[in-house]
Amino acid sequence: MQDKMNILSAQYFQTMLDDSPSSIKTTIDDRDLFIPLDPANTDYQEIMRQVEAGELTIEPADEPPTEGA
Amino acid sequence: MARALGLANLLDHQVGGRRNLIINGAMQVAQRGTQETGVTTGGYYTVDRFRFGSDSATFTMDQNTVTDLPGFTKSCKVTCTTAGTPTGVQSTNISVRLEGQDLQHLKKGTSDAESLTLSFWVKSGTTGGTTGTYTVELLDSNNSNRHVGSTFTIDASDTWEYKTLTFAGDTTGAFTNDNNRSLSLTWFLSAGGDFKTGTLQTSWGAYAVGNRVDGNQVDLASGNDSAVNYLEITGVQLEVGETATPFEHRSYGEELALCQRYYTEATTTTTGGGYILGVASGMAWNASNVAGMQIMLPVEMRATPTLTTSFTTPGVYSPNRGFSSGTIGLGSSSNKAVQLNVSGSSGLTTSEQYYLYESSASFSRLKFYAEL
Repeated sequence: MQDKMNILSAQYFQTMLDDSPSSIKTTIDDRDLFIPLDPANTDYQEIMRQVEAGELTIEPADEPPTEGA
Repeated sequence: MARALGLANLLDHQVGGRRNLIINGAMQVAQRGTQETGVTTGGYYTVDRFRFGSDSATFTMDQNTVTDLPGFTKSCKVTCTTAGTPTGVQSTNISVRLEGQDLQHLKKGTSDAESLTLSFWVKSGTTGGTTGTYTVELLDSNNSNRHVGSTFTIDASDTWEYKTLTFAGDTTGAFTNDNNRSLSLTWFLSAGGDFKTGTLQTSWGAYAVGNRVDGNQVDLASGNDSAVNYLEITGVQLEVGETATPFEHRSYGEELALCQRYYTEATTTTTGGGYILGVASGMAWNASNVAGMQIMLPVEMRATPTLTTSFTTPGVYSPNRGFSSGTIGLGSSSNKAVQLNVSGSSGLTTSEQYYLYESSASFSRLKFYAEL
């Protein structure tokens, strides 16, 4: 009974402080959303439902910027 | 003896402590704004905690100012602006969703399951097709969508009417004791044919889509006359027991804090862009022009929130460097605090402090969602 979101793109997002991705950057209609990897977050629940249904692929994160000179 | 038992029942269930399970029942809080036009999909638009959806017509949703119902100053109002006949499982509805951990005292799924009574004030169109029968449903997300429905009738147009509906307790299927959605309360304002193929299920039972809506359900989306095709609701109370008690008024501050568990936002100080008020100052982490910023959320949210923004030209600002545009992202966060990551700026100095900044002349928001 969860609402289906029309997700146009999804990519893991990782900051340079984190060892692993901290959220998923999604584009839904004309909005960018950052969805945390929290199983209680209903947006995350819907993304995982679409992934498991084969309707969505989450792209890997871009390499976070490294420590500068 | 009967009187004594009645008093005991009132003390046990209805007078002592907080009675109303509904947050923002008087529609006082509308953090997102007071009006949303062009609504065609389900979501949260104006008054907090009250979700509106229509997939067959276009609506405007307002936090409306009430002047003709003593004791209440705001309502949730929906007005059809483009008519559309719902088909299949399309519908127009207002709903409220509740966490399982807030419902354990209902003892659902036991022989002692409590009854629930819903009360509210409602008002609808002047003449024509919008007066009639409406369906209200309780749906249990934890037990294969068991549900129960009831109806109410709007007897006169343009007149506030007080409605009460009582639902017997459900002895089957306990609510899960967690922070996820367990119960949905829905007012159907229109419904496609698939919802009405059977008979309205007026006692708790297994999910059957054809039994969800009464066959005489009004279609509020049948026209777009703003004087007819509208519905307003306020004073919503859901309480344990078989008797509706007077609406439990809570202070604005109390309701706001309760609403912020599910949605909160931080905004620029003025309509002309600038700093995010009270939050989002941080420092450049390194020479890669990335600034990290921490925001304490005003209350512990239901879950780690989703972030979206209404920024036009975001970036960072310091007195030394001025403004440098960048891109906002969500770093490691919890339901107590979030970390923003602003990247793509230029000329930042490691460990120098920066503010999150909107450089265009617009009122901009960081929006945090943890809705059910």
